[in-house]
Amino acid sequence: MNAPHIPMLPGFADPVDDGQRVFRALLDALARPGTVRQLPGLQVSLPRVPAPLHVAAGAVLLSLTDFETPLWLQSPGGELAAWLRFHCGAPLVAEPGEARFAVIDSPATMPPLSAFAQGEPEYPDRSATLIVQVAGFEPSGLRLRGPGIKAECCIGIAGLPAGFWRQRRDAQAHAPLGVDLLFVAEQAVLGLPRSTQVTQADEDKEN
Amino acid sequence: MYVAVKGGETAILNSHELLAAARRGDERVPEITPAQIRQQLRLAVARVMSEGSLYDEDLAALALKQAAGDQVEAIFLLRAYRTTLPRFGYSLPVDTSRMALRRRISAAFKDLPGGQVLGPTYDYTQRLLDFSLCEPSASPLPPRADEPLAEAMPRVSELLGHEGLMEEELPLPGDPAPVDLSREPLSFPADRATRLQNLARGDEGFLLAMGYSTQRGYANSHPFAGEIRMGEVALEIVPEELGFAITIGEITLTECQMINQFAGSSTVPPQFTRGYGLAFGEAERKSMAMALVDRALRAAELGEETTAPAQQPEFVLSHSDNVEASGFVQHLKLPHYVDFQSELELLRKMRNRHEGRMKVGAGGTAPTEVAAEENA
Amino acid sequence: MNTIAGYNFAYLDEQTKRMIRRALLKAVAIPGYQVPFGSREMPLPYGWGTGGIQITASILGRDDVLKVIDQGSDDTTNAVNIRRFFARTAGIATTEKTEDATIIQTRHRIPEKPLSEQQIMVYQVPLPEPLARLEPREAVTRKLHALADYGLMHVKLYEDIARYGHIASTYDYPVLVNGRYLMAPSPIPKFDNPKLHMNPALQLFGAGREKRVYAIPPYTKVESLDFEDHPFSVQRWEDPCALCGAEDSFLDEVVLDDAGGRMFVCSDSDYCTTRQAAGHTGSQSPVAKEAA
Repeated sequence: MNAPHIPMLPGFADPVDDGQRVFRALLDALARPGTVRQLPGLQVSLPRVPAPLHVAAGAVLLSLTDFETPLWLQSPGGELAAWLRFHCGAPLVAEPGEARFAVIDSPATMPPLSAFAQGEPEYPDRSATLIVQVAGFEPSGLRLRGPGIKAECCIGIAGLPAGFWRQRRDAQAHAPLGVDLLFVAEQAVLGLPRSTQVTQADEDKEN
Repeated sequence: MYVAVKGGETAILNSHELLAAARRGDERVPEITPAQIRQQLRLAVARVMSEGSLYDEDLAALALKQAAGDQVEAIFLLRAYRTTLPRFGYSLPVDTSRMALRRRISAAFKDLPGGQVLGPTYDYTQRLLDFSLCEPSASPLPPRADEPLAEAMPRVSELLGHEGLMEEELPLPGDPAPVDLSREPLSFPADRATRLQNLARGDEGFLLAMGYSTQRGYANSHPFAGEIRMGEVALEIVPEELGFAITIGEITLTECQMINQFAGSSTVPPQFTRGYGLAFGEAERKSMAMALVDRALRAAELGEETTAPAQQPEFVLSHSDNVEASGFVQHLKLPHYVDFQSELELLRKMRNRHEGRMKVGAGGTAPTEVAAEENA
Repeated sequence: MNTIAGYNFAYLDEQTKRMIRRALLKAVAIPGYQVPFGSREMPLPYGWGTGGIQITASILGRDDVLKVIDQGSDDTTNAVNIRRFFARTAGIATTEKTEDATIIQTRHRIPEKPLSEQQIMVYQVPLPEPLARLEPREAVTRKLHALADYGLMHVKLYEDIARYGHIASTYDYPVLVNGRYLMAPSPIPKFDNPKLHMNPALQLFGAGREKRVYAIPPYTKVESLDFEDHPFSVQRWEDPCALCGAEDSFLDEVVLDDAGGRMFVCSDSDYCTTRQAAGHTGSQSPVAKEAA
């Protein structure tokens, strides 16, 4: 292995246990959409990640990606790319549509959701998982219904571009095809699988 | 009072000890070593390596010892071990035309460049039990040829290829890397590289029966053993830091090219087509059967009628693996009380209905059905 | 218990765990859809729980408490063997108490005690394709799932009714998950089907030999197929459990002699022993016998 030119930030302190803990939190996040959870133990296991990643995004990548998962970065910076190559080995791809995982650090300028792999009718699992870094989570603004939610739940996500939810709703016409979303802010993560129906609180008023 | 049966860990541990004692047998007889198995039961070792998908004679011999000679069990042991091994890289395709031959025969031509080489084969042994083997014997010195064999011998398929009578076998556009069936699930339609990989890991008995069926009319095939060759080939890798190929060792392979007539289609002239078989070690029966099945599985792509089991990729490929098949057949030993109870109850209900009786048989307290609230 | 030297935590290597974890996340995102995965050869035979074992190995952490049941019972040999496998390879705590477990690996039953949001059920699945007995070709069943074309199954169930007067499936009774995918619940008795519906626990299904995982997220709609004039129904027994007197559990028939003598006892061993410890009795309990 070639030595990196810049001091490399470490990955997980304990890849086996840290990877498992993060995965369980992600499994729970997608199984119970709309609940914000802090990824456990990151202060110790992953104190720093390369910019512009949030720590939670770094933890997701370390726990889920490897040489089998093409990865698309909205900001493919040098240090980040080197860090990912070293710790994950995930091949970086230039086209969003070729990626299994994608990291969006600036949602305002992200490609449309339809630019990512949506799966195929016979293999809807061959679709992208998007890690979307957002400004933070709020108690209200969106109403969520669907598998994993007992009746409905309310949540707000700060920093998404206008039209994002309309775009996502349009994409749901093609269900069960679609992308799955992991919103991250600092050490927190919120899962939104394709199966969740989202309505905006202000839309309700209009209707 | 009734006490529920407790299986428990003790029973399992005791069964392991009984198994170990049975494996060892009578202690007055010297214990067999993996080295003896490797040297003296080399064909058993070869099969375990092939179907275990791991070329390691010592481990295969150990697996055979541990499995008390049960080949499928030994294959399972080797596969389960193989799963845990890290991947360091992928070798280059082996070049069997550069094989150091120990055996090479063709049934299609009487003589051919390089000649027929009989090598070590059971083919012309007369199957008389040799009672002299009951006693230790000195190993006879192997006979030596007067002159060494040619270093590279052309394959028979290439000889026919010069005339344009043999279908060309070209890599797919872009020469894509084959699927690795030990890492990815089989999916359909399966391309030929995937099918061959499946067959190479497939059970010899299953392939033998499927191949045999194609000879008996269950598939329209007229095979000729174009060439069978066995010997050692070099295994090469290209280390990233070197950038050129280096040999990391050699392995024994048996390769079979079956030649089949093909009537031609609107786009392809009449020509010979091939079925291909390849297996670790000396494994002629396996590689021949594999070649027959490979050719049968090509029926659809060649526009032939597909009527026989051996021509149905899903049927063949989904049932070829003896580790899968053995597990699932033998899982019937596991308790099925719950499903059996459900069936028993259904059968009693049907029986009652059939006999026009509403009452349940003696001593029974047959379940009745109630609407499930959750579904109402 | 110390773990076995030379093997990773929970046996599987980290790359394999990641591959299975990715498949599980897609399975959760597409409820009821069978995700193909690169099932590995496990040190236990195919058909003996390798799918469930691979899922458990991929989700298990050092703080988890594992319960393994087969036919509802903790002490059947295969359940004992799988529990022992994880105790050896992961050194985790195991339990027979349903409420103490964080992960429950099961073959053929769902515990009688209601599950909680803190629990994950892992089902061992022999044949994940609900349509397989009607159409064995995967190339075809995949298309039918893509089109949500489940007419084949409805026709089969309807033919049952025409022939027998009722639907003749008593276990592995097909369900529709989240109104979209037809799913095999694994060979649980249809008695357990209602427990699949809106369950607070996450339910994961693994078929090792067939190389598929699928999932029912918590609080997900799961309907057992039926017809308006033939609504889905479950088994209920006339007599209670002979050991604990339970009237709401799935009962195993135990043959007592060769003269037709038999009794019915809870298939869920933890449920039965918990009830007995709390003083519940049945017709074959020591107390009841003495009184008789």
